[in-house]
Amino acid sequence: MENPPLKSLYQQLILEHYRKPKNKADLPDRTVEVRMTNPVCGDEIVLQLKIEGDEIRTARFAGQGCSISQASVSMMTALLEGRKLTDADGIATRFTQMMHGDESAGGDRTLGDLRALQGVSKFPVRIKCALLGFDALLEALKQSGHTPVVRDEGDEEETTP
Amino acid sequence: MNLGATAPSRATLATPVFDPAVLRRDFPILDQEVNSRALVYLDNAATTQKPASVLTALESYYRRDNANVHRGIHELSRRATVAYEDARARVGRFVGAADPAEVIFTRGTTESINLMAWSWGLDVLHEGDEILLTEMEHHSNVVPWQLVAQRTGATLRWLEIDDQGLLELDALPKLLGQRTRLVSLTHVSNVLGTVNPVADIVRTVREHSDALVLIDGAQAVPHLPVDVRSLGCDAYAFSGHKMCGPTGIGVLWARRALLDSMPPFQGGGEMIRVVEREGSTWADLPHKFEAGTPNIAGAIGLSAAVDYLERVGMAAIARHEHELLTYALDHLAEVPGFRGLGPDQVELRSGVISFALGDAHPHDISTILDSEGIAVRAGHHCAQLVMRHLGLPATTRASFYFYNTTDDVDRMVTALHVVKGIFG
Repeated sequence: MENPPLKSLYQQLILEHYRKPKNKADLPDRTVEVRMTNPVCGDEIVLQLKIEGDEIRTARFAGQGCSISQASVSMMTALLEGRKLTDADGIATRFTQMMHGDESAGGDRTLGDLRALQGVSKFPVRIKCALLGFDALLEALKQSGHTPVVRDEGDEEETTP
Repeated sequence: MNLGATAPSRATLATPVFDPAVLRRDFPILDQEVNSRALVYLDNAATTQKPASVLTALESYYRRDNANVHRGIHELSRRATVAYEDARARVGRFVGAADPAEVIFTRGTTESINLMAWSWGLDVLHEGDEILLTEMEHHSNVVPWQLVAQRTGATLRWLEIDDQGLLELDALPKLLGQRTRLVSLTHVSNVLGTVNPVADIVRTVREHSDALVLIDGAQAVPHLPVDVRSLGCDAYAFSGHKMCGPTGIGVLWARRALLDSMPPFQGGGEMIRVVEREGSTWADLPHKFEAGTPNIAGAIGLSAAVDYLERVGMAAIARHEHELLTYALDHLAEVPGFRGLGPDQVELRSGVISFALGDAHPHDISTILDSEGIAVRAGHHCAQLVMRHLGLPATTRASFYFYNTTDDVDRMVTALHVVKGIFG
């Protein structure tokens, strides 16, 4: 692969999550479930969370789609377990900032494996893929009664019907 | 090597030898780099590029002749009206229409089908009536009928496809009967490239029912010679932008008697004869179906596109695309994990290749190809019923036009090896 942006897009870590996703399983004792689809490409994610009090105990997902959408949700669920809802919200905000070109987010350890997705920000038409799982997360938090923190201006929320 | 380059026969000495490498010089947009690579445009089923002659026709209309049509007494209006009506006659002749009045200008295939659905369908269909569609239809030939069926109580029935993407024509007679009011199907599948035997289908429909036959020709008119009268259908829809013309212009051709029997689709200027408080009377065909100021420039651009296509020759275009398809399928078969969809027999297809490649997702394939300067389509191609039949949520689709060459195919094959390098 000679093409530099392409190399930064398809990091080994992303391909590993795509081939062997983490937390791709059913969660029978979930407290919330959200289905998100991208009607343009047909990518689909069903996010299941078990939330107790203000903490995410377990995160699982089902879905099909491109390497970016599936790796992103796999990485996201790996980060969510044991997190406070506010922290989960913070991760979503930080990740969205990274997608919109905030390079400092790429060095933010709170994003864990998700940092490998920084290269997606150079591919505007693929940002939606990376955010699909987070769209599901934010909707799940909302349905669980969590009030999101105020976001920076310029963070456009991608909503899918 | 230029595929499709044939020795000039005596009869065609006036026509230049078909050479895609020469023809592509007529398309300014193709001469550019994308992501530092020479552009390879293989998304022609979505839209085609425009030759300089079409761009010139649009510009000279706006520079010299722009005026509203059928209204003014002044010189510019006269010129615009003549050019617009000449375009109608020109486009009509191109598809074998008997009379320019049978050629209704629309925004495109989608609006043409909607015109049939909302004018004819809403007027004629009743509870218990049946509309027969096929599983390979584009959403534009599904959703309008669902909407009209909901309002009228008519029922949709479906002709299915087999695993190669051919219509299950043996089942057709059983699906037809006294209740069948319309059979609406695509001439060429936008996903699989299947060319349906429309003339045969029309004959079967006539034998078993009194249904009208409407054909979605969006992927046919650009790629093969089409004669609406020899097909025997009642109505035929196509789009300008998929045949070197501008966006926002298309055609509904229908038999005069059918159009005469239909109420107007939209109301407004241009389509009336007399307007009174109590009601109005309608203009004659084709104006009855063209409310408001039409897309005059679009029609003129489409006419220039038809001139261009006829100079190249529709038979030569079809032949070249077949040769390119054969070449591509041979070379793509060498890419490990390549799985092509659609009929095995090349003779039954147009220049469309939908495929899967190992476990690489079409979206990823498309991004990698784009980074190599190659434009293809990834997704469900507005044909989710076909996708469901194939058991695939999405495919990657490369679609050819006459300006594509074997070099373009080679570039795609090389890029698919890059995909394999990343996804294994």
